[in-house]
Amino acid sequence: MSPFAAALRAEFTKTFTTRIWWILLLVMFGYLALLAGGISFGLAGLNSARPELAQQGGEGSVAGLPLALVAPVVYSLATAVGYVFPVLLGSLAVTNEFRHKTLTPTFLATPKRGASLAAKWGTMLVLGALYGVVALIGTVGVGALGFAVFGLDSQLGDGDIQALLARAVLAMALWAVVGVGLGVLVPSQVGSIVLILAFTQFVEPILRLAGGFADWAGEVARFLPGAASDSLVGASIYSVISGSGVAALEWWQGGLVLAAYAIALAALGYAVSWRRDVT
Amino acid sequence: MPTGVPIEFRGVSKRFGSVQAVTDLDFTVQPGRVTGFLGPNGAGKTTSLRMLLGLVTPTSGTATIGGRDYRSLERPVAVVGAALEAASFHPGRSGRDSLRVHALAGGVDAARVHTVLDTVGLTDYAGRRVGGYSLGMRQRLGLATALLGDPGVLVLDEPINGLDPEGIKWIRGFLRSLAGEGRTVLVSSHLLSEVHQTVDEVVIIAKGRLVHSGPLSSLETMTGGAVVVDSPDRAALLVALHAGGLAGKASRDGIVVPGADPAAIGHLAFRAGVELSALYRESGASDLESSFLALVGEEGAL
Ligand SMILES: Nc1ncnc2c1ncn2[C@@H]1O[C@H](COP(=O)(O)OP(=O)(O)OP(=O)(O)O)[C@@H](O)[C@H]1O
Ligand SMILES: [Mg+2]
Repeated sequence: MSPFAAALRAEFTKTFTTRIWWILLLVMFGYLALLAGGISFGLAGLNSARPELAQQGGEGSVAGLPLALVAPVVYSLATAVGYVFPVLLGSLAVTNEFRHKTLTPTFLATPKRGASLAAKWGTMLVLGALYGVVALIGTVGVGALGFAVFGLDSQLGDGDIQALLARAVLAMALWAVVGVGLGVLVPSQVGSIVLILAFTQFVEPILRLAGGFADWAGEVARFLPGAASDSLVGASIYSVISGSGVAALEWWQGGLVLAAYAIALAALGYAVSWRRDVT
Repeated sequence: MPTGVPIEFRGVSKRFGSVQAVTDLDFTVQPGRVTGFLGPNGAGKTTSLRMLLGLVTPTSGTATIGGRDYRSLERPVAVVGAALEAASFHPGRSGRDSLRVHALAGGVDAARVHTVLDTVGLTDYAGRRVGGYSLGMRQRLGLATALLGDPGVLVLDEPINGLDPEGIKWIRGFLRSLAGEGRTVLVSSHLLSEVHQTVDEVVIIAKGRLVHSGPLSSLETMTGGAVVVDSPDRAALLVALHAGGLAGKASRDGIVVPGADPAAIGHLAFRAGVELSALYRESGASDLESSFLALVGEEGAL
């Protein structure tokens, strides 16, 4: 077996022999299910409580809004809101090694450092996809239930929605490896968690909001990782909130931008921390 | 049975920023013997071993195993087993799972996990998370990790630290049996007395420099051994020794005469008509320890 294949198997076992992967997964699921349920049950309930709203929206609407617009926004909460969880998982996979000094056994078994980082990257790509699937079970499962309970069309039969769900899984996979890249770039566990929370919850939302005010800023803002991810998925609650005048990226462009972040961060982190002396 | 290959340090130096940790180290560790790698705190033992294992890049020089760089080994875990200080484990992972991860990464048969747990006596605790291990248990887990690939070369950093007396006795015998099978065994320690019963060879460093290397017996011949002699009439004995050109120093056990021969002292006393109540060579351990301290002595202090 090649060092990479052996390291890949070891990385999966590493992930599943500590608790953090399922703790983060459970928290993410609960949070997203609650959020998606709140919106879908709320809107659908409002729709049936206020017949004049339903009247006004006509066929295929909920609370006066077209279902074809609302449903993808609810389902894509999985990525638009849930993406921080795979990022945290990916970064912890790296920063735990520094924190607990397990880089020593890791590098003793896999002295080819590139292979060992690539194995972590590959493992987290798969774990991120798993997070994506579970996140969608949360948003689609509960969201569609809300629409269905009030007799509305969940839109799940729509081929566009199905493609959106598949792209959401890909986005979550890429977010996990963005986390790996951040972890190697900022090996301090506390440091990288603070960075991730600050950037995803504060810095990027503000920058994207600013992008709505000037075209040149919007031009830049659509290349931010969160915006790229939303383009990849094709729907997001943020795009609804802050409609920028500049067109979003194509879905495949968004995917490439996000993948570029993941690769560039890992390459930079490799040089900064991964190939350093382990003392 | 895996056979050992030599470990070679050739002109190895390491500088961390402004700290010169290791300077121009040059020595060879032979298979089939237990070699003690000795030096006081901060001498550079751990740094040297980490350079050998590809964890730290030397500023200059090469450290090789069987002529090869660690990083170029195909399946390093099966060639070199290493345990570096206690506690390099994820506290949330069980001992058994830590070994499973290492076995997978090293391409080692998973059945070895049970074997090595049994060897180091951790089977009963294998399912516990390492965070709850005692120092001695972590030390044993480290040794189990080193043994996982049944390697011909073992590199152990202070493996005796934290073990109970029974564990110490066991590991001494165990290291000897590994060397007896033809493996290369390199064991670091900051105490010669901790390993002198175990090692055949010593490599002594102080402040990052090699100060001595050779068989354990080479330390004995350095001081020539001290002789303890005593008499009901110490004054007469001292006079007799002085007349024979020997300088003695009174101590609790008697008069200690460094670098002397017991037979010669007995003869001197007989000729002077001084009655002796004791005459023996100082025990090997304290003798070796004093040569060790002399070697690292002024050099050794941090
Ligand atoms: N990462 C590092 N950065 C700076 N200095 C370091 C680093 N690692 C080790 N040193 C220095 O290198 C020297 C040798 O340290 P080393 O840990 O190799 O000693 P040692 O012989 O293993 O000591 P001990 O018996 O205490 O384990 C010390 O002066 C130490 O402070
Ligand atoms: Mg040390």
